[in-house]
Amino acid sequence: MANQHYIGIAQDGLWKNNLIFVQMLGLCPLLAVSNTAINGLGLGLATLLVLTCSNVTVSLIRNLVRPEVRVSVFVVVIASFVTAIDLAMNAFLFELHHILGIFIPLIVTNCGIIGRAEAFASKHNVAESLVDGIMMGSGFLIALVVLGAVRELIGMGTIFSQAHLMFGEGAHWLTLHVIEDYRGFLLAILPPGAFICLGFLVALKNLLDQRKAQRVNKPAVEPIPAAE
Amino acid sequence: MILKYMITTGMILGAFAIVGTSLVAVTNSGTQERIAEAKRQALAETLHALIPPERHDNDLATDTIDITAPEFLGSKKPVRVYRARKTGLPIAALFATIAPDGYSGEIKLLVAVNADGSIAGVRVLAHRETPGLGDFIEESKSDWIKGFDGKSLFNPVEKHWKVRKDGGVFDHTTGATITPRAIVKAVYNTLSYFRQHQSEIFNGPAAATPEATPHG
Repeated sequence: MANQHYIGIAQDGLWKNNLIFVQMLGLCPLLAVSNTAINGLGLGLATLLVLTCSNVTVSLIRNLVRPEVRVSVFVVVIASFVTAIDLAMNAFLFELHHILGIFIPLIVTNCGIIGRAEAFASKHNVAESLVDGIMMGSGFLIALVVLGAVRELIGMGTIFSQAHLMFGEGAHWLTLHVIEDYRGFLLAILPPGAFICLGFLVALKNLLDQRKAQRVNKPAVEPIPAAE
Repeated sequence: MILKYMITTGMILGAFAIVGTSLVAVTNSGTQERIAEAKRQALAETLHALIPPERHDNDLATDTIDITAPEFLGSKKPVRVYRARKTGLPIAALFATIAPDGYSGEIKLLVAVNADGSIAGVRVLAHRETPGLGDFIEESKSDWIKGFDGKSLFNPVEKHWKVRKDGGVFDHTTGATITPRAIVKAVYNTLSYFRQHQSEIFNGPAAATPEATPHG
C-alpha cells in the first residue's frame, strides 16, 4: 500500500504531472539553456538538487512556520540552497558554470520549485516530500535533456557536444556526431526553436497519453467520453 | 496579544534568514579559494594559448597594466594589458581589446602582439554574434581567427587590412561581414597603439589590483 503511494508520486513527477510538459512551470530557464543536451543536463541537475533540498527542508519545518510568513520562508530556503549550489558549481564545474551563467541564480525564480514547496512539501511528510522532490526534479531534468538533445540534433547535428565541460576531459567520446558535415539549422538553436520544439514534444506526450487511454478503453463496449 | 504573535512570527522569519545566510556563508568560505583558483587557471589557459609558457618567465596574470585609449582599444574604460617578458626583456603584450561595432554589440578580444610588432595570436573571449552565422570567429568553431597569426602593420599594408569584400586580405563568410570587419578593425587599431606606445606599455608600473579576468 505504502509502495503504491510512492509509485504514484513518482509517476506524477516523471510523467503525469511533469513540471514542464503538463504544469508548464519554469519555462524561462528551460527555453534559455536547452540549446544543447549538456547545458540542459547541467541546469537540470542543479534544479533537481535545489528542488529535493527545498522540498525536504520545507517539509521539516512545515509545522514551525506560520502561514503569514510561509512564502517568505520558502523563498529564503530556496534562495540559500540556490546560492550554495551556484557557488559549488562555480568551484567544481567552472566552465559549465560560465556557460549557464545567470540561469543558475535564476533557479530561485523557477516557479516550479516554490510551487512544489507550497502545493506538496508543506502538506506532506519528509519521506513523501523527498520522493516528490526527486521525481519532480527528474521530470524537469528529463524534459531539459530531451529538449536540449532535440534542438542540438536539429541545430548542429550532434548530441552531447562539450560533454567534457561536465564530465572532464575523458568524456569527449560521449559527443555523437549524428550527422556528419551538417550545415546547421539556426532556428533550432535560437529561442523560437525552443518554443517550437517544446510544442512538438508536448504534442507528442499528449498523443502517447491518448493512445494509451484508447488501448485501456478498448475492452469496454463503448468508449467512455472524457469527463474533464 | 496580536503584537506578541507578530513578534514571534517575525522572529521565526528572522531565524530562517540567519540559518540560510549561514549556509551561504559556510559554502562561500569553503569554495572561494577553489573559485579563485579556477579563475586563475582559466585566465592562464587563455593567455598561454597565445603566448606559450616557454616564451616567458614572468607571471602574466599579475604583470599587467591598464590602458585607456578609446579610439584604439574600443572602450572608454581602462583595458587590461598582460605583459610577457623573458629574463626581463619584453616578449609580447596581450591586449584585452574590445571591438565595439560587432553585429550585436561589443566583441571582447584578446590580441597578443609580439615585441617586434607582429601578431602572436588573437582570440575571441566573449561575443553576442548570431550563433551559426557570426560565431565562426570562435576558435572552437573555425580557424578564421588564426588568420591573424604573424600579420603586422606592414604585412599586409594598411589598405589591405580589411575583409575581402572591402578589398582586403581577410576572409569572411557569406552573410556575415559586419562581424569580421569589426574584428579586423579592432586588431589593426591595437597594432597601431602598440607601435606608438610600446615603451610605455612595457615600462609602465604594474596595475595595483590585478583582476582575475581580462574584462572584469
